[in-house]
Amino acid sequence: MRKIKTKPTPEIVEDVHHPLERYFRKERLPHIWCPGCGLGTAMSCLAYALEELSLGVDDVSIVSGIGCTGRLAGYMRSDSYHTTHGRAIPFATGLRIAMEMHKPDHKVIVFSGDGDLFAIGGNHFIHAARRNVDLAVICVNNFNYGMTGGQVGPTTPLGAFGTTAPYGSFENPFNLVYLAASSGAPYVARWTTLHTRRLKQAMMEAIMKPGFTFVEIISPCPVNYGRRNKMPTGLVEMRYYQSKSVIRNFADPKDAEIKPEGEIIVGTFIDEDKPDYFDIYRHFVEQMNQEK
Amino acid sequence: MRRSTLIDPAILAGEHFLNGDVACAEGAIAAGCRFFAGYPITPQSEIAERMAYRLPRIGAHFLQMEDELASMAAVLGAVWGGVKAMTATSGPGFSLMMENIGLGIMTETPCVVVNIQRGGPSTGLPTATSQGDMMQARWGTHGNHEIIAYAPSSPQEMFDLTVKAFNTAERYRLPVLIMADEIVGHMMERVLIDPDKIEVFARRKPTVPYEEYVPYKPGKDLVPEMASAGEGYRVHVTGLTHNELGYPDMTVEAQDRLINRLTQKIRKNIDKIVEFEEEGVDEAEVILVTYGINARTSWRAMELAREKGIKVGMLRLITVWPFPSKPIIKLATKVKGFVVPEINLGQMVLEVERVVAGKTVVRLVPHAGGGIHRPEDVLAVIEEVVG
Repeated sequence: MRKIKTKPTPEIVEDVHHPLERYFRKERLPHIWCPGCGLGTAMSCLAYALEELSLGVDDVSIVSGIGCTGRLAGYMRSDSYHTTHGRAIPFATGLRIAMEMHKPDHKVIVFSGDGDLFAIGGNHFIHAARRNVDLAVICVNNFNYGMTGGQVGPTTPLGAFGTTAPYGSFENPFNLVYLAASSGAPYVARWTTLHTRRLKQAMMEAIMKPGFTFVEIISPCPVNYGRRNKMPTGLVEMRYYQSKSVIRNFADPKDAEIKPEGEIIVGTFIDEDKPDYFDIYRHFVEQMNQEK
Repeated sequence: MRRSTLIDPAILAGEHFLNGDVACAEGAIAAGCRFFAGYPITPQSEIAERMAYRLPRIGAHFLQMEDELASMAAVLGAVWGGVKAMTATSGPGFSLMMENIGLGIMTETPCVVVNIQRGGPSTGLPTATSQGDMMQARWGTHGNHEIIAYAPSSPQEMFDLTVKAFNTAERYRLPVLIMADEIVGHMMERVLIDPDKIEVFARRKPTVPYEEYVPYKPGKDLVPEMASAGEGYRVHVTGLTHNELGYPDMTVEAQDRLINRLTQKIRKNIDKIVEFEEEGVDEAEVILVTYGINARTSWRAMELAREKGIKVGMLRLITVWPFPSKPIIKLATKVKGFVVPEINLGQMVLEVERVVAGKTVVRLVPHAGGGIHRPEDVLAVIEEVVG
């Protein structure tokens, strides 16, 4: 019989505390994400961003939809809402507006995946961006549906393989940064999980900027996406994204389409000041009160 | 019931001439609703329009969403943000709301959903009445659950039952439905609003410190206390099957414990929840079981029958879900039969049949929708039953 090699179980050291421990539901860890997945990196970037902004656990709420990224809400110590598939943004819209009535500095962060935010939730995304409600939307884009086993989605590059595209994807994907920009988001950025410091910076900017802000994170999914597309491990998939990434701040979002074998433009695409939903609401309500 | 100590200046006190939709909006505001999210659909648009006019004037928010999926999701979000919230729709939109009504039940989110019913299926009769969604109200969202639904039959009741729906939602922590119809929604009548008589149930908040708070640990009544965002209780809320800490737990035991509690918190309190009205049932040989607009048309049928010497009584359901079984069980052995007029081809009549269990005759007076019964049609069935 062939002997199966297993990795040694990591030793758990007692009484040693991680500097960011307070941001996580420690009792819920370890997480369910696969080896090589980028979600752990994305989650720690979020914790570093919150720490650097001096935002406490109770100053933010995290809302997510369904899928691998959707599980992030369950690991963050803040008030966290794991909603229905695609509805994280409208749920967060209601939450943020309610907070405006009694705790207006409260930050609401939507953290979800590409399938959740752009297939089943696509309509909510463009309308929330148009409405410019104060939400930071962070999308982990791994180019497929990981949780359900590697089906193609609205971001899968043309020709890439998935369990529902055994001959390669026949469909054109969304260019997320272009979609966000053209829907009116005042802040749009894209980074990979390799650009940890820049990603953390982008999250900080997105969280602090009033209005609808958007950060796309290109993240490896070796188990379900990479494996079917000649990138069998997290390291190989990450190396691919590293070799293809080109930092070009304030590039035209239109040019940022991710094509098979093409370069991946990363950076801040949009960073502008415009009145958010609450500014406009206050303006009209003041006007109404004067007329009364 | 705890009464609010302040007389709310937002309440439209006095005697008014309002349609049912507007009365419903005013009832919501009187109950403390400070967030409304909705999508235009006939015949509920007057509710949304009234809310859009009223809410910004009292520092509250009206939001027109991109669809009913978003409307229902936004309502749940707002409730977790610490306010009372409502949405209103009609058939096609009600279908879309089913998804997040389920999330509301699973996460025990108190809110109110109004359905001004119109003819269906599908686009059906956008401007004409129906009671075709009564079973959808009960079982529309997937999975095992209990629900609470009221059926108003006048603009006054649109006001009163909307206030009540908010209180019941807070009391038992679930979405509560107002199952009205186009006629009640558009009918204009006198509505009396007396702020002294309005009782408002305040959300039950945790009183223990964060370290001791267990978000889904129920009290004796099986209902847990609710912490909102930013209050320091760090609640995790999920539509997945969860344990008392609120964390996902995908075991047979966790499912059994949670789903049973969500069901039992309604079933055990059924006598406190269920409301109905009886008229002349003690001497009656035939009972009209009515709800919503049917109570009005059947009243005339009852008068006509009495003129002919037939002893007719009426059981008007105010709570349609949970179904008021007790008064029917009590009457089943005493009467010649039950007559159930409905603007559908037989929905609540199935419940009457289930409860009567063959002890007496149960007759439906069907109507496919678009209008109301003629009292003569109801009378004909009454006469059939007495033979």
